[in-house]
Amino acid sequence: MTETIMRVCNLSHTYNAGTSLTHSAIHDVNFELYQGEILGIIGHTGSGKSTLIQHLNGLLSPSSGTVSFRGEDIHSSKQTLHDVRFHVGLVFQYPEHQLFEETVFKDIAFGPRNMGLSESEIESRVLEALEAVGLSSSVLEKSPFELSGGQKRRVAIAGVIAMQPNVLILDEPTAGLDPKGCASILRHIKEYNQKTGASIIIVSHSMEDIAAMADRIMVMCGGTNELIGTPNEIFSQVEILQKAGLVVPQVTAVIKALCDRGLPLDTALYTVEDACNAILGLMNREVPYAE
Amino acid sequence: MLNDITLGQYFPGNSLLHRLDPRAKLILSLVYIVTLFLCSGPISFAIMAGLLTVAVILSQIPFFVILKSLRPILILLLITTIFNLFYMQEGTVLLQLWILRITDYGLYNAFFLILRIVLLITGTFVMLTYTTSPIMLTDAIESLLSPLKKFHVPVHELSMMMSIALRFIPTLIQETNKILSAQKSRGANFDSGSLFARARALVPVLVPLFVSAFRRAEELAVAMESRCYRGGSGRTRLRVLKFKKCDYCVLIVSLTVIILAVIARYTISFGMLP
Amino acid sequence: MEYSLKACDLCYSYSEEGKEQSLVLDHINLTVTPGEYVAVLGHNGSGKSTFAKHCNGILLPCGGTVYVGGMDTQDEKLIYEIRRLCGMVFQNPDNQIVATMVEEDVAFGPENLGLPHDELRARVDYALKAVGMYEYRNHAPHLLSGGQKQRIAIAGVIAMRPRTIVFDEATAMLDPIGRREVLSTICKLNREENITMVCITHHMEEAAEADRIVVFDHGTIALDGTPEEIFAQVETLRSLGLAVPQTVELLHALNKHGLSLPLDRLDPISCAEAIYSAIN
Repeated sequence: MTETIMRVCNLSHTYNAGTSLTHSAIHDVNFELYQGEILGIIGHTGSGKSTLIQHLNGLLSPSSGTVSFRGEDIHSSKQTLHDVRFHVGLVFQYPEHQLFEETVFKDIAFGPRNMGLSESEIESRVLEALEAVGLSSSVLEKSPFELSGGQKRRVAIAGVIAMQPNVLILDEPTAGLDPKGCASILRHIKEYNQKTGASIIIVSHSMEDIAAMADRIMVMCGGTNELIGTPNEIFSQVEILQKAGLVVPQVTAVIKALCDRGLPLDTALYTVEDACNAILGLMNREVPYAE
Repeated sequence: MLNDITLGQYFPGNSLLHRLDPRAKLILSLVYIVTLFLCSGPISFAIMAGLLTVAVILSQIPFFVILKSLRPILILLLITTIFNLFYMQEGTVLLQLWILRITDYGLYNAFFLILRIVLLITGTFVMLTYTTSPIMLTDAIESLLSPLKKFHVPVHELSMMMSIALRFIPTLIQETNKILSAQKSRGANFDSGSLFARARALVPVLVPLFVSAFRRAEELAVAMESRCYRGGSGRTRLRVLKFKKCDYCVLIVSLTVIILAVIARYTISFGMLP
Repeated sequence: MEYSLKACDLCYSYSEEGKEQSLVLDHINLTVTPGEYVAVLGHNGSGKSTFAKHCNGILLPCGGTVYVGGMDTQDEKLIYEIRRLCGMVFQNPDNQIVATMVEEDVAFGPENLGLPHDELRARVDYALKAVGMYEYRNHAPHLLSGGQKQRIAIAGVIAMRPRTIVFDEATAMLDPIGRREVLSTICKLNREENITMVCITHHMEEAAEADRIVVFDHGTIALDGTPEEIFAQVETLRSLGLAVPQTVELLHALNKHGLSLPLDRLDPISCAEAIYSAIN
């Protein structure tokens, strides 16, 4: 059976409780994160995604409800809260804006150094992290500020990966990158997941990215998790998604349009490959899709 | 949260005081401050307190907001009181504690000093910062200082800098919060250790903040140039400050007050009362 | 031929001392006709943003010329007229808003033109209505969403009555809702006001809305044609580091299996129609 690594129970958060500016950001969020899975979180701006993920490594404390990591409430003691930062790595949106060291090496080493690791351990972790994001060691002695935008992003992600977290959370890791840069970052995240068995949470606006990556998808809407399930389960509910103001992947829309015309297709198709095979199957052409 | 800091202390509203021309309010405040320093006795302070009460009522700002604004200066008030109580040693002794003694003259002085500070702070808050948005204040300063342009003082540039600073304060606060959270996620510790360790811990926040501020400045400069910005000459303004009848009234009243105050101070009695 | 924007043999390199720099723009020839909606695609570093900065004289050519409505951008006397005629909207919504109130920000450009007060008022109101932000005129910009901020930036340009607007990756930092807001504003202004639009982007849905797509690669123009023509070249686009819309990708995949579907179907409905008629 799949093992639960994190559990979120009845989580609510209200900003500025008790003042005139009180604002409920999330309420009654419940979900479990399994060991080794990739969970995609989608929802438009203001749906509470950012507030939610900042609870997962204890940056924000719940107004009510609990967040537990490996069965223990992360707020149970100061030590647990301190440790959870290293077990649950959080990469913010535009993480390249947090780089500060003189060299790429020092910047990636910042997290491991805060963990109090030995110099040799730090070095090996930095090298591993650098490889995980697909950068060559020739950048190590460069200043992070002379790298290209895409490279900076990778260095920043490596800075979190170097802490070797059991859960890696990425908020919009591909925002503002060109298609090539997006594909490369997503590929490295997937590889990292397969190689280390770490659980990954990806927050994204892009249905296409999430559909291609995630084992399960959670839809945030109006501050709570509206839907959670496998991509198949989620994309079969096109109407609910559209009501939540989300755009379904284009292929899903094409398949839905074909279904509306009476073709017997499964509406929960969300990758080009599956859609292609399904249409070919319908035309009795027994040729599997190959890249 | 840092995000919710309101800009300056502006308290949005539409009272008479809010609607006054900021230049009139600026002059009024100056007159008020000068007059306050001319005051030296119960009668003159009573008059000023009365005028301030009228202003507070006109501003429609809740009383507790004004009281709250005094909180940060409580310590200052306390220290001034203590100093005055024990520094002024003339007059009848009211209380003797070891070598310290409190005299009636010291008490009298301390009381009026506190009154002066309180009136000064609440007065400028009510007449200026609570009822005037920072941007209006900037405009007023630019307008009042504009004669200095003749002497090559870069008045427009200064006020443009001020208004851009005002525009970017909330953005940079948001940014600081974000960087703080990001570095905390990488195990940075900002709340413990020696003073030196804490100062060092700020490096990972300050460096990215400066880098981003410079990037913003550069992009903003290009954006402004793209919108035909070429300094203050030949520029017109959408928001034009206009003196209305009530503004003239305020000016006349404040001028009268200050003239009367000066006359009272130097003719009726030279020194103590009223 | 009449044109809004014309680049003739445009060359540019960022000069850095002691370094031999390759050309960022390498003999670009491009003519944009009035009222046209052109999408400029290209991966990062292809020179598309450098090109954008030449359209209003922020950067000046190292070789060749750029004309905006008949004026050479290297003519210093004309630079403000060029910048008025060719407005720019940039990537980061926060870094192009100058004022602390929406309507004052929109007024910034016209104020720089030295227009009289009544004219300023009229233009600001008109521009805010054109982008659908009139009811937000007294708001503080930092409290608006990304899409709203970009619409304010567009209004600020519109208020100068430009003939051309260049969008330098203006939707890159927005969420899908913000992107749609900006995109529909661009389309509306292009249609109703007949303003020439040059959109630098890497979002394919935006490019699909354009009349014409120009693809940059290593400082040269690699492809130039209608969206239908461009997106049909799936393999070429991939080799240039670009993606195609999923609809085209699907049709392309089906064709690989012996079907002969038209590739120029950029929206789900018309794509579904093509597949439907092939099945029957």
